[in-house]
Amino acid sequence: MDHEFLSRLQFAITVGFHYIYPPMSIGLGVVLIIMEGLYLKTKNKMYENLTKFWVKIFALTFALGVASGIVMEFQFGTNWATYSRFVGDVFGSPLAAEGIFAFFLESGFLAILVFGWDKVKPITHFISTIMVALGAHFSAIWIVVANSWMQTPAGYHIVERNGFVRAEITDFWAMVFNPSSMDRLSHVIFGCWLTGAFFVISVSAYYILKNKFIEEGKIGLKIGLAIALVASLAQLITGHSSAKGVAENQPAKLAAMEAHFEKLAPADLYLFGWVDEQNQKVNFGVKIPGLLSWLIYGDTKAEVKGLNAFPEDERPPINIVFQSYHIMIAIGMLLILISSISFLLMYLNKLFNLKAWLYLLVFSVVLPHLANQFGWIAAEVGRQPWIVYGLLKTKDALSKAVDATQVGISLFLFTAIYLMLFFLFLYLLDKKIKQGPTLVENIESEYQKQKELFKG
Amino acid sequence: MNLQIDLNIVWFILIGALFAGYAILDGFDLGVGALHLLAKKDIDRRIFLNSIGPVWDGNEVWLVTGGGALFAAFPHVYATVFSGFYTAFILLLFTLIFRAVAIEFRSKKESPKWRNAWDIAFSISSILIAFLMGVALGNIIIGIPLDKEKEFIGSFWQLLNPYALLVGITTVALFMMHGAIYLAMKTEGELQAKVRGWINNTIIFFVIMYVSTTMVTLIFYPHMVENIKKYPIFFIIALLNMLAIANIPREIHRGKDFNAFLSSCSSILALLTLFAIGIFPNLVISNPNLENSITIYNGASSPKTLEIMLIMAIIGIPFVVAYTTAIYWIFRGKTKLNELSY
Repeated sequence: MDHEFLSRLQFAITVGFHYIYPPMSIGLGVVLIIMEGLYLKTKNKMYENLTKFWVKIFALTFALGVASGIVMEFQFGTNWATYSRFVGDVFGSPLAAEGIFAFFLESGFLAILVFGWDKVKPITHFISTIMVALGAHFSAIWIVVANSWMQTPAGYHIVERNGFVRAEITDFWAMVFNPSSMDRLSHVIFGCWLTGAFFVISVSAYYILKNKFIEEGKIGLKIGLAIALVASLAQLITGHSSAKGVAENQPAKLAAMEAHFEKLAPADLYLFGWVDEQNQKVNFGVKIPGLLSWLIYGDTKAEVKGLNAFPEDERPPINIVFQSYHIMIAIGMLLILISSISFLLMYLNKLFNLKAWLYLLVFSVVLPHLANQFGWIAAEVGRQPWIVYGLLKTKDALSKAVDATQVGISLFLFTAIYLMLFFLFLYLLDKKIKQGPTLVENIESEYQKQKELFKG
Repeated sequence: MNLQIDLNIVWFILIGALFAGYAILDGFDLGVGALHLLAKKDIDRRIFLNSIGPVWDGNEVWLVTGGGALFAAFPHVYATVFSGFYTAFILLLFTLIFRAVAIEFRSKKESPKWRNAWDIAFSISSILIAFLMGVALGNIIIGIPLDKEKEFIGSFWQLLNPYALLVGITTVALFMMHGAIYLAMKTEGELQAKVRGWINNTIIFFVIMYVSTTMVTLIFYPHMVENIKKYPIFFIIALLNMLAIANIPREIHRGKDFNAFLSSCSSILALLTLFAIGIFPNLVISNPNLENSITIYNGASSPKTLEIMLIMAIIGIPFVVAYTTAIYWIFRGKTKLNELSY
């Protein structure tokens, strides 16, 4: 296996693992604001328990997000040094901005969120909760801006300085508001809300099924479903808008997403299929003629650029992009279906008694995660062979001081440690969920018990 | 009015400030980690952990932001150092992950075996992080072999040379002293008496390491003092550093732990300032072939980017300072355990 493949695989694994956690933190941040806001408004003890419980879960996901996120901050330098030299002038500033504007805010106020219950006034605590959620969202903004610049570079020029040809900023705001950044940002944020909402939905449904913490479960379900319904419907709009942007700015990626080969022709929309890249056809496919043309241009006869319009060395891998894109969309539709049916059931007062449906909700927690992962695979693999679209190819972006063996070893170690962390995370999560939003009195006696266990 | 500011020097100072902030803040929690196993009782270990509990991840943000700012302001340094020190950095990342996880998971189960295992992971990773950072600094002082393309052409093993190891151990000693003083502020009663005993030992350990490192540097790497020879005014920093170190046992003796802590913060700041003055205007010294060194000019981003970043820093830093201060204020005083503690 070569250096490029190993480095790409390592980046994919580390970023894929990292991206399990931030969406949960971002989504849970919104949930926490609602829960604690309700507590402040009603002074109902149950909301306090619920908030405290989800703060603990939040802290756990946050810790793993930080631990895996440090790797991302440094990996551009360790594995993609040539890329870093080429884009540092442009790409570095959003990363630095993320540190200064998001991370400090988030980690500072997290201290109050987790440890400050008896140190500050309730309203100060509530403000801290808002700050943490805000910090998490800021973080998403800057990182999506940075990535979007790689998809649709803007606000730069290419110059030679000190013997290196590189991209330099000409217009900061044009870089921030590059053609794809706002579409993709909204799509990512709603994806995060869905992740957090379905996490809460799943745990709450579990409590109702197990006949434990029923009141907390019902409230959790209501809050979660409200967010899920809004976010899943919003994804229709942001998703559509993103796809139109891809058609305009990255036509080769769109062609791969839809396996559209012909140079310039009206394009169909596949519901599913298996792409035979060699013979340029889709097997077992079901398609709606002209729908892709219609979605982009409002006309079923409009011509869409296909893969053959691009030189062979500028086409992305097709089947993987096609499949991950379609899986993401299928899950998106499924999430709309689940949220709206659940909402209807709740309205009819049937939701809390329908065991089979509650089971479905418990397992639905994995769906937004899968959609997140597949969505990013489609976005990133679809940009290939470019690392910065149209400017720098991935194969030319590697670290020259590093060889394949070094990357192989670190890849192996990262995979091993991340797997271990993931199972540890699940184990502790399971423990916390089973313990549940216990009443504060119970926690104290639990603490007493621990104290006795470790006497002296 | 036309104020001519050298943006490259401004960013040299700002990046230095970020890493100094990191060393001062994460320095004490790494130090607490290094001393962690010296506490034998579970309750004492929990007090140690919770003394840094609300702040350690905020402290680590200084490193992450420093890395991001380095990427943005001096992309060649970021690229050369991180790819050149590949194996060392991967090791550092692993230890950072392990440490974060150890802090988070350690008290989540009641089994003494579980806790002991994570305690060991926490302590060893804290020591290793401090050590690796010192090794990196040591190698920057010696200089690393770079080619014309600014790529590192040495090997991993040459990074583990005696001088770099010496700086590594000195860093561990420095953070141990710093952490012990922090613990004295955060503990009370019997535990505090015990911690106070450690402070003396860590000061002795640090002073021995510091004097040896300084001597070796003066003899073998005299380029580190050339700027001071040129501008003797900087010698004040070295003097202030000595005074700060000497002030630590005095304040501890008087029971003024906070003053002692300020002294050790000043000492860390002074040491890093001396380091920065020593390498200036280089960021990565090439040894051999000095002409391949990366300086604050040939390794920097464009003036436009440095300017944009400066505006960001001017907007962002007051906020960062304000809420960092607020958090430390809210969590001032002795560490108490409650149901939400680690």
